[in-house]
Amino acid sequence: MSELLFGDLSVSYDGRVAVHPLTLAVPSGGWLCLIGPNGAGKSSVLRSACGLVAHGGSVTVAGVDTATMSTRRRSRAIAFVPQVPVLPADMTVYEYVLLGRSPFISYFGVASASDRAAAAEVLGELDLADFAQRRLETLSGGERQRIVLARAIAQGSPVLLLDEPTSALDIGHQQQALELVDRMRRERGLTVVSAMHDLTLAGLYADRLALLHEGGLVAQGSPAEVLRAEILSEFYGVSVRVHYEDDGTAIVIPNRRTRV
Amino acid sequence: MTTNRRGWVWLLAATLLLAAAVVLGVMVGPAGSLSAANWNIIWNVRMPRVALAAIVGAMLSLAGASYQGVFRNPLVDPYLLGAAGGAGLGATMVIAFGRAATSDWFVDPLPLAAFLGAIAAVTVTYLAGAAFGSMRTSTSLVLAGVAVASLTSAIQAFVLQRSSDGVIRAVYNWLLGSLVNASWHDVRLVLPYVVVSGAVLLAHRRHLDVLRVGDDEALTLGLDVRRVRITVVAAATIGTAAVVSVSGLIAFVGIVVPHAVRMVCGGSYRRVLPISIAVGAAFLILADIPGRMLQNPAETPLGVVTAFCGAPFFMVLLRTRRATV
Repeated sequence: MSELLFGDLSVSYDGRVAVHPLTLAVPSGGWLCLIGPNGAGKSSVLRSACGLVAHGGSVTVAGVDTATMSTRRRSRAIAFVPQVPVLPADMTVYEYVLLGRSPFISYFGVASASDRAAAAEVLGELDLADFAQRRLETLSGGERQRIVLARAIAQGSPVLLLDEPTSALDIGHQQQALELVDRMRRERGLTVVSAMHDLTLAGLYADRLALLHEGGLVAQGSPAEVLRAEILSEFYGVSVRVHYEDDGTAIVIPNRRTRV
Repeated sequence: MTTNRRGWVWLLAATLLLAAAVVLGVMVGPAGSLSAANWNIIWNVRMPRVALAAIVGAMLSLAGASYQGVFRNPLVDPYLLGAAGGAGLGATMVIAFGRAATSDWFVDPLPLAAFLGAIAAVTVTYLAGAAFGSMRTSTSLVLAGVAVASLTSAIQAFVLQRSSDGVIRAVYNWLLGSLVNASWHDVRLVLPYVVVSGAVLLAHRRHLDVLRVGDDEALTLGLDVRRVRITVVAAATIGTAAVVSVSGLIAFVGIVVPHAVRMVCGGSYRRVLPISIAVGAAFLILADIPGRMLQNPAETPLGVVTAFCGAPFFMVLLRTRRATV
């Protein structure tokens, strides 16, 4: 019901191609992770999907082309968590999460009781109720990531895009943030697309991976199909080995070049 | 929520401040305080002057806060996109042309020229900024504003350099800003613009709060960033142009008042905009009082007083409170 489809999606900046036409389908409730070296075009794919950069081809949510949607309508379909969110220092957590309800407030309107209830509900679900009146500047990195996620969840959009959601977090908070995304995905039936650098984490949480290289889609499939030493070596230009746990979890380990 | 209740308390406090300023502004003057004997002075000189100071202060503060919101920059003021330069050029042209020649005109061309000059300058800035820069960044707009301001001041300098000392003095006085000749006519002239502009700006305070997370995130939250920016800039510019056309270029109010309000009451525009209106009005009424008294019977230009009082106050605030936008 909220399938996300990139149809021949392409992005270029001032004539320089950042993403070559690619087609990807994410089933409703699925989690696709975009992987690839820096500059491969992962962020461009995400940013084009939420209307931040112009694109060729199409992005459709539940069969509706986002190009035909108004800004407001699109924000009800797709929520976006940027790599480095802007957090106004003296805004409270509650005010910030309430911003997620903006797409539902009419142009001259104010937040309704149901908008406030929705924001409070998300804060409760994410165990952030005690934080409601805290100012954003007082939060730690892990707390920040949770409230940014809370704002995106409060948006109520069936599709959630995450641009490197864990890049600034330690291993414990990485796990916490991704578990949260996974729980919301299952409880709310969200369709998730994330860009991530940690290949082991990507394989652990996403059900499909898409490997981008120099703007082109070079491999896609289940984590076991994509996280293979020869594929990663070719496109990342590194020497790695991939270890498989008994439950099928792939662990990507870089090989040290020279041992003294 | 508690934050909302605190907002009402601040608004009430600001309104009381304004009421006190109005009383003081009406009571104090070279002709002495309130009495039946000088009722004429109070009604025809002081009251319109207080009313105009309130309108000008409120509008400049509201426009400044709105500009700071759409440009996400605490250091901008309503003159950012060339409104001051345009108004100054318009006024210079009329004064250089000769005030004697225009004394019997049906409409006084001085405020009209200042008003149109401000609107024209900001329009040129907007068109140039939008045409030459990316639509998504406000930086191109700010740079275009700098260019337009330089252009207007160049033309102004050229005109002044060919003018008599009397013209230069008159232009200089106008540029410093003053409410010496304030009349009920001026109040009636600017009030409609200020009311409409103020209503539009206040209606956008929620959008300015969304914009606090930046253009990109505001867009993904469903905000039509370009439309909001052009609407707010247009409304703030019309209001600013209207008040500077009768008061001249009063400096510092548009930047210091919203900033002070923000430091005391927090950065949410739902509070900053309405409270800035009351505080801005009170500030300019109070700032106008020493202007009448200091060098009596001569007047100290209001723009000098606002900067002289505002700057140290601002520095103290900067020192004691952390700046947030």
